[in-house]
Order: sequence, then C-alpha cells, then structure tokens
Amino acid sequence: MGPVAAILPCGVRLHLQHGPIDLIIGADGDRRVAFAAARDRFVSVLDELVGDLPLLRAQVLPETGLPTGKIARAMVRAVQPHSGFITPMAAVAGAVADEILTAMRAATHLRRAYVNNGGDMALYLARGQTFTTAMAGPDGADLGRITATDGIGGIATSGMGGRSLSLGIADAVTVLAGSAAQADAAATLVANAVNVNHPAIRRQPARDLAPDSDLGDRPVTVFCAPLPAKDIQTALENGQRAADQMRQRGLIHAAALFLQGESRLSGQTGFTPSPSHRTLVHA
Amino acid sequence: MSNDGAGPNDRAKPEKIRCDACPVLCYIADGRAGACDRYANHDGELVRLDPLTIIERSADKLVPFLRGGDGTDWDGDIVQSNRPFVTAVGAGTTYPDYKPAPFIVSQEVAGVDMVTVVTEGIFSYCGVKVKIDTDRHIGQERDVVRVDGEPVGHVMTSEYGSRMLSLGGVEHLTGGSKKEGRVTCDALLRLCNCQAVEMVIGDKGHATTVIVQAGKAPVINGVKEKLMRVGCGSAAIGMFAKQWVGHVDDVVVVDDHITGVLSEHQSGKLLDVPPSGIKIKGRRSTPGRYFQVAEPGDGWGGTDIEDPLTILGDFNPKFAKPGQSLLMVSTTGEQYGYFTLDSDLVPQPAVIPAQLEASAHLIAENCEPSVCSVVFMAGAGGSLRAGVTENPVRLTKSVKDSLTYVSCGGAEAYVWPGGGITVMVDVLDMPAGSFGYVPTPALVAPIEFTMRVADYGALGGHRAEIRTVDSVMSPDNRKVAQAKNQPDPMAHANYRWAGKPDA
Repeated sequence: MGPVAAILPCGVRLHLQHGPIDLIIGADGDRRVAFAAARDRFVSVLDELVGDLPLLRAQVLPETGLPTGKIARAMVRAVQPHSGFITPMAAVAGAVADEILTAMRAATHLRRAYVNNGGDMALYLARGQTFTTAMAGPDGADLGRITATDGIGGIATSGMGGRSLSLGIADAVTVLAGSAAQADAAATLVANAVNVNHPAIRRQPARDLAPDSDLGDRPVTVFCAPLPAKDIQTALENGQRAADQMRQRGLIHAAALFLQGESRLSGQTGFTPSPSHRTLVHA
Repeated sequence: MSNDGAGPNDRAKPEKIRCDACPVLCYIADGRAGACDRYANHDGELVRLDPLTIIERSADKLVPFLRGGDGTDWDGDIVQSNRPFVTAVGAGTTYPDYKPAPFIVSQEVAGVDMVTVVTEGIFSYCGVKVKIDTDRHIGQERDVVRVDGEPVGHVMTSEYGSRMLSLGGVEHLTGGSKKEGRVTCDALLRLCNCQAVEMVIGDKGHATTVIVQAGKAPVINGVKEKLMRVGCGSAAIGMFAKQWVGHVDDVVVVDDHITGVLSEHQSGKLLDVPPSGIKIKGRRSTPGRYFQVAEPGDGWGGTDIEDPLTILGDFNPKFAKPGQSLLMVSTTGEQYGYFTLDSDLVPQPAVIPAQLEASAHLIAENCEPSVCSVVFMAGAGGSLRAGVTENPVRLTKSVKDSLTYVSCGGAEAYVWPGGGITVMVDVLDMPAGSFGYVPTPALVAPIEFTMRVADYGALGGHRAEIRTVDSVMSPDNRKVAQAKNQPDPMAHANYRWAGKPDA
C-alpha cells in the first residue's frame, strides 16, 4: 500500500499515512494550497527514509557522516549534540513533521499550522498566535494542557505508552523545542532518563520485542507496577536533571515529566495541570 | 479441534516474520505489531489489526497520490457526499448468533434514515461456483474435483465457452472425513481470497490438473489458457463466412462441440458457396454442423487433435477438383492451416494467403481473454439472521420484498428466489482478504443487510443496538474505494420504495 491522503470527517484536517507514518495536519490560512503542498511532499518521504535506514539505526558518533536524504540529515543533526546512546531514529517522527510543515509554509502564508506525527508535532505560530494541546496519560487520564507560543517549533512526547520502546519508566515526557526533530530527540532521552532500579519494573531486550529496533539488546521497559513515592521522586529527578542540562545548553525550551501521578517541569512550559492531577512544581 | 493429518495449521511457525506491507519491511516478533501498529505477527501469520473495512465513495474516497499532480483532483473541502459504507469485513461475529450483530449502524442517506446490520457470518452451507473460460477438456460432467487428494467438488454443466465447477458445500465441509473438510475449507478460503488453487479433475487415466485463480487465466495441465473461443465452430462460420467467400473454396472450423463446414453450412449456402466434396468424420447434426469429430483434449478447438486433416475423410470426386483450396482453423484462431488438393484430391499444406491468415487473426482477436471466475455462494437463511432480528423469517421476507439490500463486503449479492437467503457474489468485487475461516470447518464471510430504519423496526430488529456511523468510524479503519462496477448499497434505487421515500 502506497501513501494515502484523506480529509478527516471534521473537514479541516488532513490525514496522511504511509507505513508507520501517520500525520494529522491542520493549517490556518490558505488551507487548500497548504494541504496540496503537504501531500506532494509526503509522497516520497518514506522511500527517502528507507534508503538511509541502516545508517539511521546506528549510534551517532562524532565521525558519523551525514546521510544523503534531507530528512535523514535533519535527524542526525537533531541527535548529534546529545551525549549517551542515541540513534537518529529518536528524531524520525519529529523530522518528518518538520519537513511537511516546511513544505506547507513554503507554499503559502499561514497564520498557524501543525503537523502531528503520532504525538510528535511540528508547529508554526505567527507572532502572537498560540497553540494548546491536551496531555493524556497512557490510561487516557487528563494530565493537563500545554500552551505553546510563537518561538516554539516542536512539541514531542515520549514515554512507555507510545509506539516506540523506552528505556525509562515515564508515563510521558513532553518537550517544547525549536523544531519537532529537536523536541523528539530530547523527549526520547529525557524519558529514558526518568528511571530507577526497582523490582516492580520489568524489562526485556528491545530486540525480543522489535527485531530491528535501533536499541538492540538494551533493556526496554515492558511493565512498571506502582512504585514507592521515593522511587517516583528519584526517577523524576533523574529525568529533570537531564532536561535541565538540555535547556541550559539551548537544546530545548522546556519539558514536562509525568510519572505515576507526579510531575516535574523544566522551564516555561505553559503547562496548566488538570484540576484532578497532583503536581509538584520545582521549576 | 484435533488435526488428523498434516495441514496448514501444522507448519512450523517462524518466530518473527517480515512484513512487506510498506517499504520499511519490519521484522515483527510473534504477538507483536510492526512500527505502524497496523500489521501484526499472529502465530507466524501477518494480520491486519484494523477493526473494520469501510468503503468510501464518490468524491471523498481516499485520494490516490499522483506524483507531480496539481491537486485539482481534490478540492480540500469536506464533501457532502462523504458517506462511508461500513462493510462486515473485520466486523467479527457473534456466533452462535443469539446476540445482536457486532455493528448495527445508521446514517441518513438523501433524507432517509438507513441502517446497515454488519456481521461476519460463519457459513457451513457455502461453496464456490467456478467458471473457467476454456473449451479445453477438463473433465466429464460429474467428475470429482480433488485438492490434495481430497474430494472438494465436481464438474457441473458446461456453459457457452466455459467449463463449470461446483466446489465446497456442506457435504464436503462436514459430510466427509475431517481431512476432507479441512482441505475443502482451505481450498475455498484461498479461492475466495483470490489465491491460486491447484486441483485435479477426474480419476486416474483421465485426470486433468487445473490451477484456478479468480480473475486469472486457468492453467490446464501446465499450459496457461489464453483465449475463449469466439463461438462454437458453427457460430464462427456464420460470423466470418463473408470474409472467406471468394478467397478459399472451403473452410472447416474445428471445435470439440460443433465443428462447422462453410460449404455445407446455411450461411455458405446463402452466399452460394458450391459443394467442395469434403467429408468430415463425426456425427452430422444439421447441414455443416458436426458433433464429436474427435475426442476432447487440449489440441485444436478443445479436441485432442494436433493434425486437423485427421478429421477429414476422402474428398468426393464428384464435387472436388485438384487445386481446390481449404482453410482449417480452430475456434480461437490460435491454430490454422491452409491446404490445396493435389491431383489425387489429397490435401497438401500450402502457403496461406495473407487475406486468410488475417481472418484467422481476426478470430483470435475476437476471442475474449480466458479467465477464472469465482462466485461465492452461501445460505444466510439460518441462525445468522438472529443477529439481525429477533424474528428471523421477517428478515427473509424483507429481502424478498426488496426492502432490505444484501451485500457482501459492499459488493452486490444476488439473492436466489425461493426460501431462505441464498446469495451469490463475485469475490473479485469484494475487498481483498474478505474471507476467513473457523476450524469447524466453515468459511467466515462478510454480509451486510441495509434497509430503512423504519423497516428495520418493522422486522423486529435490535433497534436499541443501532449506533451512528460516526461512532464506528476511526482513523484505524481500513478504507477501500467502491468497486467500479458495484452499485452503492444504500442507493435508493435498490429498494422497492425508490422514488417514494415516505411510502
């Protein structure tokens, strides 16, 4: 099955899908032109990526060369500044979203636009525009709202509940950054950092679950039972430290970390907790 | 359910499989989904996880990508005709049927509230009728058709230019040995899902191997069939007589059914073709038409002959003259030969004139491609109806009264006259992979009943279970376009009340 496009029943959002890529796209402005540009750009995206897959699934090292594809290069650039184990695949969803958003913006003037790639979102906000997104836990619980303002180009969420495997135990880590690729890579790493050792956590080599995962034999979290309060604190602090460092290096604007009913914020997230949700704010 | 022999279920399953649904080509571990969450490895089989298949019609169906297209094929706006049809493919079933069908969905269609009852039926009474476009001999009527040595059906009455098989049915599914039932079910499943099935027709000594695949040419004894005959030999004489008269003294169209002879045929007489003194071996039916000129086979025109002269007796010297010409051609135009009589009135091969060779090619050109058609036939008259209504006979009556439209995977189903709801549908009109099976053994096939909400109430439908179509739609549904040749199941014209929606 090749790439497909459809207008969602609401009539104002475009759905593009090819293989594992699922994009929900909205645009305020000349929507017809923007959607046509998105569609035209999307047609070859997966094929471009597949050509570079072996390189993209390998750890980025200082001597790693840049791949040929434009999106693949953006993925490498997004993960290169980070230390520790990371492959360009950590930024794949965000990089695809960025590319489609760029194509739409090149085609027409827009006031506001977003490309949501399974929770990793590229965002364009003209001056004064805002974008509010609802946060939900893996169980569908309302975690609160994040309102992005202009200057934020990407919002990405990572954690145990998503499609990708995580080394950590976070329910969700949402990162605001200059681009979706940067946000995606950072969210992956911060979610990995939200971690602690405890018998309630079950892990399994990534390869057993997804034979061609870029994580290889690294132990990914498959289950996490309720943890004692102090372990939740420790795990969140580990994650927050990673987020703070990224923020200080200018890699991200802000991050919100969620684990078992607790949360931590790093930077100005524009986060409004849901009334039912307990939040400890140490920002 | 125990297995009493090696079957498809007994194969060793690989731990992980490669998904080829998209270019990513994920390796998927058993019990896991691929990167897309749409395809999964279920006991070594690649399965789609989509809950339902939705047919989208008219301007709002999925837009095919055209590289470099200018986007004018799509206006980017919601279209009022955005009206999906929820098929039963992937709907699941509620066997043993005392519960309401899995999906009973309503939507307004051109001012009329319609409801579609969507279920995947488990059909014990089901089979396929196979039409094989060929004149080649594939078996005698009533010959047994076997797959993997098990009887799965038989040869039935031939149709014009086609051989017919009746496969499956309750006698083979549940009336024979366990292995017979399993093999039959597997063969039906593959045929219905448009896969190729090799079968052996007839017993040792006159067995024919045929590979049948819906929409594809049959392969008979290893030879792929190309063309249907243009007509029987007699019909071919009638069709092409005018092109031959004046260019050749006589023409024989060799056919396993009815071999035609121009000079004796009514059309030759009308065109004043003189007698040629030709003698055909075989049983004369009416002038210029001969039965049984040879045995059936895969030679000329469905006979067993390779040398057409073998069907000729001696020319009658009262009419025949040396130098007289004769064209012999098969009913598909694939074989032809041109002869002239020597001084002993014996036909000798000669170079065929271009005009006559062109006529042979014209016959070939007029032959349609040979294909296999697989028509699924099943009875939905049983307990399946209980998923639709608490009063099953009313559903049958409603169908007969043209108040309820029956479709299978969105494809129009022919409903047989008489009692029950016995349907036939061309599997090529249904979405790919529409069929499944249960180890009973029985086939699982989609079936939808569409009617006005008011009529659904009148037949005792499960009105409390009606859901709006919006509540069923989700981005995860598999969406397919309406088959080009298929009517819209919800089009008012399908119904008796067409043109008077308030009736």
